[in-house]
Amino acid sequence: MKGFKEGFKTGIPIGLGYFAVAFSLGIAAARAGLTPFQGFLTSFLVNASAGENAAFIAIRESVPYLQMILITVVSNIRYVLMSFALSQKIRPKTAILHRLLLGFYLTDEYFALAVSQEPFCDPFYSYGAISFAAPCWAIGTAFGIIMGNALPFKIVSALSVALYGMFLAIIIPPAKKQKQIAVLIVLSFLSSYLLSTFTPLSESTVTIILTIAVSSLGALLWPVKGETYEE
Amino acid sequence: MKNNIYVYILLMALTVFIIRVLPLTLIRKPIQNLFIRSFLYYVPYVTLSVMTFPAIVRATASPISGIVALILGMIGAYKELGLFKVTLICCISVLLLEMFI
Repeated sequence: MKGFKEGFKTGIPIGLGYFAVAFSLGIAAARAGLTPFQGFLTSFLVNASAGENAAFIAIRESVPYLQMILITVVSNIRYVLMSFALSQKIRPKTAILHRLLLGFYLTDEYFALAVSQEPFCDPFYSYGAISFAAPCWAIGTAFGIIMGNALPFKIVSALSVALYGMFLAIIIPPAKKQKQIAVLIVLSFLSSYLLSTFTPLSESTVTIILTIAVSSLGALLWPVKGETYEE
Repeated sequence: MKNNIYVYILLMALTVFIIRVLPLTLIRKPIQNLFIRSFLYYVPYVTLSVMTFPAIVRATASPISGIVALILGMIGAYKELGLFKVTLICCISVLLLEMFI
């Protein structure tokens, strides 16, 4: 239980950040026509910022169900890597229930918490953090949907960039150390602008096509040796 | 024809769950193929970049405030201010600019 308490404390700053970003995500969900309950349910079940944003765009565009699965796979594929990495940090005899729960709540932040422990992670430490931060995420999304309509337009406009702020905070720091990531970011910006402006392709289709194309190019030009996912 | 939102949510939840849980429960060995490993390594940066631009410029009431938020956010992220502060910088810059535009 000591692990749970410690984890809960770590979960407080994570939860505050989650609330702000989830609020911004709620604004995107409202644009897609989701009710506050549907937004709450999505965030409760999914816990993924980029993945949920991509999905809300797809819902707004009424894409076929198969494309919904495809966009979900593409926008969340990084969790495959994290899941592999986390599997090495779990005590080999850990019960399947713990594995399922840790997998269900595998986000960038909870992942960073779990892998920072040596030599193995304590599931209860993670549960402590999750018990505070996960409700912030789900409630924040519902609040964004409710308040997004009630707040003045200028406030909504300002809050809607919170999500992109978070994305920038994730992609820019590694680009300082690895020039090839900086090149890929610029290439992604440019090609995303070109495709979304000069072709009739929907946003979710552009995301799928470019993620596969640009990441493949990166893998061909600069193969990554050694550890493939570090936090 | 409008698709059902609950079906979308269910499909998304199931797909994400499978992606997150399968390696954790079934596969214990690291991926050997160099191309797949490298591809998976670059995917998060590319997806997030593609979703950020030009969307950030189109999300705000005026494209100018979106561009300023993007530039200031990139500077903040470059200085490694962390998730919360970078997010705050983007929001406040849009709020202040749109008071005057």
